[in-house]
Amino acid sequence: MFKYLLPVILFFVLCGFLFIGLYKDPSKVDSPLIGKPAPEFSLPRLEQPNDLFSEKEFLGKVSILNVWGTWCFACKQEHHILLDLAKRNIAPIYGLNYKDDTEQAKMYLRDFGNPFVSNAVDQLGRVAIDWGVYGAPETFIMDKKGIIRHKHIGPLTLEDVEDEILPLIQNLKNEAS
Amino acid sequence: MKHHRVCQFIFAICIALAFQFASAEIITVAPEHEKRYHELLSELRCLVCQNQTIEESNSELAIDLRLEVNKMLMQGATDQEIIDFMADRYGDFVLYKPLVQPKTYLLWFGPFIFLVVALLLVLLFLKKHKPSSSAQLSDDEKQKLDSILKQTKK
Repeated sequence: MFKYLLPVILFFVLCGFLFIGLYKDPSKVDSPLIGKPAPEFSLPRLEQPNDLFSEKEFLGKVSILNVWGTWCFACKQEHHILLDLAKRNIAPIYGLNYKDDTEQAKMYLRDFGNPFVSNAVDQLGRVAIDWGVYGAPETFIMDKKGIIRHKHIGPLTLEDVEDEILPLIQNLKNEAS
Repeated sequence: MKHHRVCQFIFAICIALAFQFASAEIITVAPEHEKRYHELLSELRCLVCQNQTIEESNSELAIDLRLEVNKMLMQGATDQEIIDFMADRYGDFVLYKPLVQPKTYLLWFGPFIFLVVALLLVLLFLKKHKPSSSAQLSDDEKQKLDSILKQTKK
């Protein structure tokens, strides 16, 4: 009996794997940076080019880093989500202005609202390479030690914020610093 | 008239070439690095358009990464250092040739395991279904055979 059942069982196991595969988004690749300290960098601030923005900014608190650019359509899509997240005042949101025109970036924030505490300007995109960025928008969450704990690829939705981002930030806030 | 045609042809080729170069950025690779440069690029996946290498892709990121690989070559980085640089940032997924590590053992050795299992099954099957013709004839059968042979001889 078992002899005949075995191929059937194997067949369904294979089907199970393929079925799970159907619901996985191949454009979302796990970042090897999760669990590692934020990569070092030093970039001018959008607001104050003489003042440098470095990864030390993330120490001592739970923080969010959002990679964006005015050329990036999906960033516009998620902009209101970021504004909403900023209003909740749960963690500071920093921006990495990626391969953008600085003047246009300033204008964009003036026109559509500014969810960011501060922005680092990565005009060449070299720092973004160190952060493993491959498609804006991307959102990183760092714990109090400045270690990357989460990366979200693509535009944030309200569900992402409610179900993933907020609970995670709450957990990280409860961790000892 | 014939001359005119040739001119047209050359003109068309020039335009085609212009477009060809317009789509590719200009990276000056030192001649001594050229071979390694192309080998490395063809082993690295571009995450923006996942079925292309960073050599083939024209996405902005691929261009930046080509520049970065060239820069590292100029600075004397080894192939392994460059591959590690990419995998550290974008994950092992960018390597077209996966690393041999516990996570990928099944990927690398799975086919051989299947082969061995299949061979064992075949052996088992053959053993079970030994052709009966090779078996000795029973006395009864021998007598029968003899009588048939005698009959045919007559």
